Amino acid sequence: MAGMNMIQALNSAMDIMLMKDPSVVIMGEDVGYFGGVFRATEGLQRKYGEHRVIDTPIAEGGIVGTAIGMSVNGLRPVAEIQFADYIYPGFDQIVSELARIRYRSAGEFYAPVTIRTPCGGGIRGGQTHSQSPEGIFTHVSGLKVVMPSNPYDAKGLLITCIEDDDPVIFFEPKRLYNGPFDGDPGKPAVPWSSHPKGQVDEGYYTVPLAKADIVRAGADVTIITYGTMVYVAAAAAAALNLDAEIIDLRSLVPLDVDTICSSVRKTGRCVVAHEATRFSGFGAEILSIVQEECFWDLEAPIQRVAGWDTPYPHAFEWEYFPGQARVATALRAVMESA
Amino acid sequence: MNRKSRLHLPRAPARPGDVPDFSYVQLSPAGAVARPDVNARARDIVSLSLDLVRVLDDSGGAVGPWHPHLDPADLQVGLRHMLLTRLFDDRMQRNQRAGKISFYIRSLGEEAVSVAQCMALRPGDMLFPSYRNQGLQIARGIPLVDLMSQCLSNTRDMCKGRQLPVMYHSKSGNIFSISGNLATQFPQAVGWAMAAAIKGEDHLAASWIGEGSSAEADFHHALLFASVYQAPVILNVVNNQWAISTFQGYAGGEQRSFAARGPGYGIAGIRVDGNDFLAVYAVTQWAAERARTGAGPTLIELVTYRAAAHSTSDDPARYRAKNDQEHWPLGDPILRLKQHLISLGEWSEARHQAMAAELEALVQASWKEAVSFGTMTEGPRLDADLMFEDVFKDMPEHLQKQRASMRAERSRSGGK
Repeated sequence: MAGMNMIQALNSAMDIMLMKDPSVVIMGEDVGYFGGVFRATEGLQRKYGEHRVIDTPIAEGGIVGTAIGMSVNGLRPVAEIQFADYIYPGFDQIVSELARIRYRSAGEFYAPVTIRTPCGGGIRGGQTHSQSPEGIFTHVSGLKVVMPSNPYDAKGLLITCIEDDDPVIFFEPKRLYNGPFDGDPGKPAVPWSSHPKGQVDEGYYTVPLAKADIVRAGADVTIITYGTMVYVAAAAAAALNLDAEIIDLRSLVPLDVDTICSSVRKTGRCVVAHEATRFSGFGAEILSIVQEECFWDLEAPIQRVAGWDTPYPHAFEWEYFPGQARVATALRAVMESA
Repeated sequence: MNRKSRLHLPRAPARPGDVPDFSYVQLSPAGAVARPDVNARARDIVSLSLDLVRVLDDSGGAVGPWHPHLDPADLQVGLRHMLLTRLFDDRMQRNQRAGKISFYIRSLGEEAVSVAQCMALRPGDMLFPSYRNQGLQIARGIPLVDLMSQCLSNTRDMCKGRQLPVMYHSKSGNIFSISGNLATQFPQAVGWAMAAAIKGEDHLAASWIGEGSSAEADFHHALLFASVYQAPVILNVVNNQWAISTFQGYAGGEQRSFAARGPGYGIAGIRVDGNDFLAVYAVTQWAAERARTGAGPTLIELVTYRAAAHSTSDDPARYRAKNDQEHWPLGDPILRLKQHLISLGEWSEARHQAMAAELEALVQASWKEAVSFGTMTEGPRLDADLMFEDVFKDMPEHLQKQRASMRAERSRSGGK
């Protein structure tokens, strides 16, 4: 085991897969010579060569389109979209092509492409460097959608996704790259070295998809979340002295419905939290599933915490961000009700 | 004079009620365009993107440096593939009109594009077609029964009922799945070619789009990536002058040829008479040799005419001059190759009639066989469970549940 931040863990995953499988290639803007604007691919081009770690033009549609063609020709591309906010020029290639090639060709062709992309706010990135668009992609049939919340999971999940024969959109909450963040920007930054999930196996290992992680077992209330909100929710529950069960979904598609429902059946109370905007957000799907599967076990209406339904505002980041106060309001409501 | 800014609106030279007018099409005489070395640099051969490579002259002779000197037997094979493509199209068009299939797209007048290009490539080269390239399927030997079964969405359908008619694919034939979303295949072909180069393989990729869809960003992504990585790819713009009702001027064809997009990206661009089997073959062979010898990608503009409607859902009488295809200056690809073979003493009217009859019988027999696997109205039918397969490699839980719901719904309604 070694202490790693999330960037180092992702780098290790790609390093291992480049070593293990000659069909793996890395591609994206600034990923090669420079090693990526967040340094996730640092040193990989020097180690594996320019044919395996490929700098690309600034054209996300071209990156995804060519990655699809490469994958059809036997490669396993890991394409970086520099910010999730920049993924939209590649949207048609992702939605109409990547997601459906296996289906429309009745399994004769398939496209094992992993798209890595940093997402989420809390970094003073304004409306073009802070978005959480996962719900746009969970709505597309044929895509797997993953979002790790710590270095250990990030590495194991990324290896799983690269080896997966289906296309995956792999969201990386960039506020967590250097340490867990509980939503309070006033506190000093906490490094991953002080967190157990910052201890990462240096070798090959996988973390399965469709398996949520119970970050903290508890009896009072179930908090279903993922990404940065895992730490915000935990801090909010602790501040209220609630014995909360905190579920980190990790994989949004496919979804671990069993873990969600067993927990809600046990606690009878449920809060769903994500950074992404609320209206038609992924949380609505979770709410619907819990309502359908656990209605008679619920002691109170399910509460939802999310970003406001506005573009991500530069000057009002902390009024916008669903921090501990917003989670606490939801927790109080779900605990006080009935 | 008071000069002011202005908005230019491209106008088709002829609309319904007008006399067809193709004077805007820039032509070069057969044999007039020089054939540069296959390793020529793109910047040194810009004129190829503005001239028009032609081999067949008006009397059926083959002239000039692009003459590929094919064996007459190969020309007869080409003629056969083109004629079969046309007879297959005719039959499927009638089948759609008779309500046997939901939709169809003919390639009437454009048969040389697919057939000659496919014949100039190797079987290991990967093809990324658009929806009007059925000649590729035929030249690669995909059985008509398979193509017809796809159009019928029947129990033999290669797409298992998931795609509109004509959206074929063939893994074994190295033909990629047709999307129906325009131009998406262009950057995919470039990626495929990049992978071939990364793996050190000798195969190239080729892709086709219409001049209309060259307006999409995917076209430009493809050219850019092909140029940056000098990918072994042949990118073909089939300029059939019309995108449904939209004249090629709206894709930017008035100001500059489509082939000239190539030199703009540092890619060899070449404009060819798309109805001249020999010229199309020669140009494709030249581009393929460039790709295989590391000289990089080529953009080919095939100048042709969409002699039929866009699809069975379209009526060009509402936007094109009547019988315009009869005025098209580059003629008909099948008639021109036939005339050439006759002038060589390698073909005759009688042999042509006999071949047409034989191919008509093949189409007839294939249709009979295809419908035995089911039609839209008569069984056998595909199992509706197939809807849930191949969304992912392994079916996730939520799809298993939905499949169970559909089964329950169907059994309650008596399987209807």
